[in-house]
Amino acid sequence: MGMTMTQKILANCANLDRVEEGQLIRAKLDMVLANDITGPVSINEFEKNQFRQVFDKSKISLVMDHFTPNKDIKSAEQCKSCRTFAKKFDIENFYDVGNMGVEHALLPEKGLVAAGDAIIGADSHTCTYGALGAFSTGVGSTDVAAAMATGEAWFKVPSALRFNLSGTLSPGVSGKDVILHIIGMIGVDGALYKSMEFVGDGISALSIDDRLTIANMAIEAGAKNGIFQVDELARQYMDQRVPREYKVYNPDDDAIYEKTYHINLSSIKQTLSFPSLPDNTRTIDQVGEIYIDQVVIGSCTNGRLSDMAAAAEMLKGRRIHPDVRTIIIPATQQVYKDCIKLGYMDVFIDAGCVVSTPTCGPCLGGHMGILAAGEKCVATTNRNFVGRMGHIESEVYLASPTVAAASAVMGKIVGNVDADICENIDTDIEENIAGNIEEVKI
Amino acid sequence: MNTVGKAHKYGDNVDTDVIIPARYLNISDFQELAKHCMEDIDRDFVDKTDRGDVIVAGNNFGCGSSREHAPAVIKENGISCVIATTFARIFYRNAINIGLPILECSEASEKIEAGDEISVNFATGTITNQTKGQVYQAKPFPEFIRNIMDNDGLLNSIK
Repeated sequence: MGMTMTQKILANCANLDRVEEGQLIRAKLDMVLANDITGPVSINEFEKNQFRQVFDKSKISLVMDHFTPNKDIKSAEQCKSCRTFAKKFDIENFYDVGNMGVEHALLPEKGLVAAGDAIIGADSHTCTYGALGAFSTGVGSTDVAAAMATGEAWFKVPSALRFNLSGTLSPGVSGKDVILHIIGMIGVDGALYKSMEFVGDGISALSIDDRLTIANMAIEAGAKNGIFQVDELARQYMDQRVPREYKVYNPDDDAIYEKTYHINLSSIKQTLSFPSLPDNTRTIDQVGEIYIDQVVIGSCTNGRLSDMAAAAEMLKGRRIHPDVRTIIIPATQQVYKDCIKLGYMDVFIDAGCVVSTPTCGPCLGGHMGILAAGEKCVATTNRNFVGRMGHIESEVYLASPTVAAASAVMGKIVGNVDADICENIDTDIEENIAGNIEEVKI
Repeated sequence: MNTVGKAHKYGDNVDTDVIIPARYLNISDFQELAKHCMEDIDRDFVDKTDRGDVIVAGNNFGCGSSREHAPAVIKENGISCVIATTFARIFYRNAINIGLPILECSEASEKIEAGDEISVNFATGTITNQTKGQVYQAKPFPEFIRNIMDNDGLLNSIK
């Protein structure tokens, strides 16, 4: 019987000819990741157990992204612990303030992850790298402590769900809408313990950024990993960044899938997740009238350049609604620089948004945009659990950058701006500015 | 190993953000962090639990973030076992890796009510509801995982 893509990678890194669902294996790892929240716990365990060396200093990544630039003394101590460890063991991929980015945007951009790799990270969204054809999964700090010492981790070989994609996305619809649609369809535990494998002609119509967004949220359906079949576009992306060989695995024709979902991308509408679970989805036409207080555009889900482009397209020449605070967070320094170069930064600031240095910040209610009781936020992030972005009576609505930016302009949840209203606002503001200049001259 | 304690009951999809909100994750000391366990879903949790008590929940317990702080603060509060219909997979492996006993049993999850006195035999996976006089059988763990649990966690087992 044949194997899925995930099973083939696991067999390879366990040095076995084949593996079967349910089999327990020890796998050799190509990358081990932790951040400033989970890293210190791993380091404590590593030291408590008196491990003397790391398995490979080039295969460990420590990214200071969650509470950075440090929001308080305790966070500073956590980063200090990681920094000290990184220096002691000469960790090659230590990313501190100044060169760090949101980890799951950063590692693919730096070419540190590639097809065929087996990757663990003490962060649940480590499943992101499946977009490039890797087996990549989130684990805890103890797993990472053990893996930093041994280069191995234990896995139960998962069964799989297959998502056969066809067609192309409609204008204004993105990878975020695809994955929210899927999570709404199968539920937050619909893929529990399983792989989500994405195949079909539709893949090639999705940008790499869209694929990263989709794989990123596989965990929100409970999945062990999400993985895309590698096409020419994925090869190009990796060839430009990854300075080593990588292995592309395709599923066997007779691989066993528990279920196959056929999804025509052209049928997917703009989709949001309402509070307080990612599977509580509504399409844009089912939203009703929901006024909002804040918009966040960024995160490991949607902080990449194409997300910034989608937001800029919606915000260009417009002002955000006066009742909405809009926080835009390019996910890496490179994305930040590209936003400046392409003029997006001017668009955002002129529109009345605030632009932050890369950080996970508000996504997990850390800092840079915490909500008060009763406040509503449209966020391009990945979770809308109770209290996720602040007070337990605040609400997070998950959406794409396009929907988030349009909602920022209109002050309520919408899929597109009403151009008539916006033009008026724009003109009014220009007149005001002209008026002010006249007054200053006088 | 056996344990006896009263049950604290929760529903489906108890996520790691309510088990231990991220606003406290600048704290790596689990003893200090444990004071905030379950704060956003059950404000009285820390005060009302006694050593040996069990948490009983529905589907997908521990979904969301990979934070090991979640099973760790439950363990720090003296909870002897978490019984659920299913666990989110990262929570599942984190609990095993740090030596917090967990059991999957839909019957127990359904029939146990808050305050019931529960005893658990980890060797057999038998859950006894002393209040109701009922016995439920949890799914046994594979030997590989039992070995980690018997060693009180992953790091002891790989030494």
